[in-house]
Amino acid sequence: MTAGAILEVTDLAVHFGGVRAVDGVSFHVMPGEVFTIVGPNGAGKTTVFNLISRIYDATTGSIAFHGEDITRAPAHRIAALGIARTFQNIELFEHATVLQNLLIGRHPHRRTNLVSELLFLPHVRRAERAHREKVEEVIDLLDLQSYRNQFIANLPYGIRKVVEIGRALCTEPTLLLLDEPSSGLSVEETEDVSFWIDDIKNDLGVTIIMVEHDMGLVADVSDRVMAMNEGKLLALGTPQEVQADEGVQRAYLGA
Amino acid sequence: MRFVFKTTYDQDINLLKHEGYVRSYGILLVLALVAPLLLDEFYTGELTHIFAFAVCGLGLMIATGFTGLVSLGHAAFMGIGAYAHGYFLKLGVPWVFSVVLAVMLTASIGTLFAIPVLRMTGLYLAIATLAFAIICEEVFTGWKSVTRGTDGMFFEEIDLFGWIIEPGSLPFYYVLLILLVGTLLMTANLLRTPIGRAMIAIRDSEISAQSMGVNLARTKIIVFGISAAVTGLGGIMLAHKTTISAPDSYNILQSIALLLMIVVGGMGSIHGAVLGAAVVSVLPTIISIIKDWLPSLQDIHTLPTGVFGLVLIGFIILEPTGIYGMWRKFKLFVDVFPLYRRRTFKRQKAFLKTERMR
Ligand SMILES: Nc1ncnc2c1ncn2[C@@H]1O[C@H](COP(=O)(O)OP(=O)(O)OP(=O)(O)O)[C@@H](O)[C@H]1O
Ligand SMILES: [Mg+2]
Repeated sequence: MTAGAILEVTDLAVHFGGVRAVDGVSFHVMPGEVFTIVGPNGAGKTTVFNLISRIYDATTGSIAFHGEDITRAPAHRIAALGIARTFQNIELFEHATVLQNLLIGRHPHRRTNLVSELLFLPHVRRAERAHREKVEEVIDLLDLQSYRNQFIANLPYGIRKVVEIGRALCTEPTLLLLDEPSSGLSVEETEDVSFWIDDIKNDLGVTIIMVEHDMGLVADVSDRVMAMNEGKLLALGTPQEVQADEGVQRAYLGA
Repeated sequence: MRFVFKTTYDQDINLLKHEGYVRSYGILLVLALVAPLLLDEFYTGELTHIFAFAVCGLGLMIATGFTGLVSLGHAAFMGIGAYAHGYFLKLGVPWVFSVVLAVMLTASIGTLFAIPVLRMTGLYLAIATLAFAIICEEVFTGWKSVTRGTDGMFFEEIDLFGWIIEPGSLPFYYVLLILLVGTLLMTANLLRTPIGRAMIAIRDSEISAQSMGVNLARTKIIVFGISAAVTGLGGIMLAHKTTISAPDSYNILQSIALLLMIVVGGMGSIHGAVLGAAVVSVLPTIISIIKDWLPSLQDIHTLPTGVFGLVLIGFIILEPTGIYGMWRKFKLFVDVFPLYRRRTFKRQKAFLKTERMR
């Protein structure tokens, strides 16, 4: 156990048939850190996220969050514990507006029950207003005011990525998992992402684990970097250390 | 173009979001209230038929349109509601309590059915619901001591704490209207609160619904229970309207008619269920008119089935958003002219696709 770690992953592995997507990885993340996972395609980065958010069952190993073992926690409990995520291929609700998408992020904070919701009792209205206020804070943070009532299907790719980050923030996480936040974005949009990551870390005090390919962004925002290849950990250290690592360079050159 | 200035969050939370809504729904309500005073008995009867069907359609819409759980056997819940209500009445339970008990019983059966099948999606779920409906139809036919089998169970007047309401009378129309409006309001409440957002999240992306803290299994079970309850209430209303409950009112064709209703009306909208109910109610009348024109069709007994099927396929191919979708497109086109964008209405999930991203 690493004292004070927000997330502690120990000997984590998952096998799909013969494929060892993640194969005995251990790392820990400290509160307030931006921890980045890099690696070539198919390295197992997204799979690590899917294991933490309990979409996949680990074959072996364990995951502890704030010292609590979550290796077998039900997937829907993860958000309430304080872990939120985005997806590599954007999983927004396209047939809803930005506002509605962000409101779904409030689900872990649902305190009303079915009967009171069916009757829309006064305290349900109060809860809805409170959810809305929280959502508006996120809208302000990410500058989404002008998109509030637009349907996701009408939005450019870059804005959708931001909305997805916003939806995750609406759950009020302590740990945020970002899967390739800059993929498909222009240079300027990538710069914005880097500012937002700083804001989320400094203003909201949220710890971030990020999967990212853009080495500029990685070097910019990361406190520590972990490199993976074929499900295994290659190197772990500061961005400079990892970039200089021979094994990492070999993996990227495909040698 | 219409601009609506918003000054409080309540404007987004309210059901009637601005004066435009107040005006159009106000007019609609007034029309519904005065209709039986102006129309002759036949058309008033048709309207009560539409009200009953609309409640059945809303029930299916909750499962299929809002949550993406396809059901090919929802007519079974209509039957369970109607027979249970008839049985409780025969035991001497007062009308209102009998309705409540029957609806609760239907909800329980829907929930019990959902527990084993909630892991299925798409086609498998559809087949399970079909099997369930076939079994129910057998039970309706065979359990003669309760259902009177193929003779059918008769529903006479409504005894509302001593006030006798004859089917087809003016008060009867208002009783059904109140039940419809009540169901509409509750469904609308559902959609503006966390449970409704969870339903839509499950429909559009199970994987991200889950990571937003939605308990997939639990939510689906609850939704199926609500859906069954509402459809059961619709079944009760229809039994009173037609004064009889017989097994062939709850066969596969009826289940398909329910599905037709929500597809033609417009998947995923409350309006769609009501519009679809209107279409499905008048379709048989239209078919008989066509038969009068073309006597050579007289002998084809499967004609209604055929027409239902054709209309269903036609809408799925040409206008998957249904009649309400057409109306919304038209309205948006006018509202935002000249900024209309086609992509607004592209859809994300086909309703019979199994899980994505895994
Ligand atoms: N559900 C699954 N079933 C079978 N194999 C899987 C599954 N999920 C992931 N894999 C395999 O695990 C390996 C790692 O996949 P993963 O998506 O984690 O890679 P990645 O590092 O995120 O790559 P990329 O940079 O392309 O996103 C791949 O070989 C992939 O095919
Ligand atoms: Mg990936």
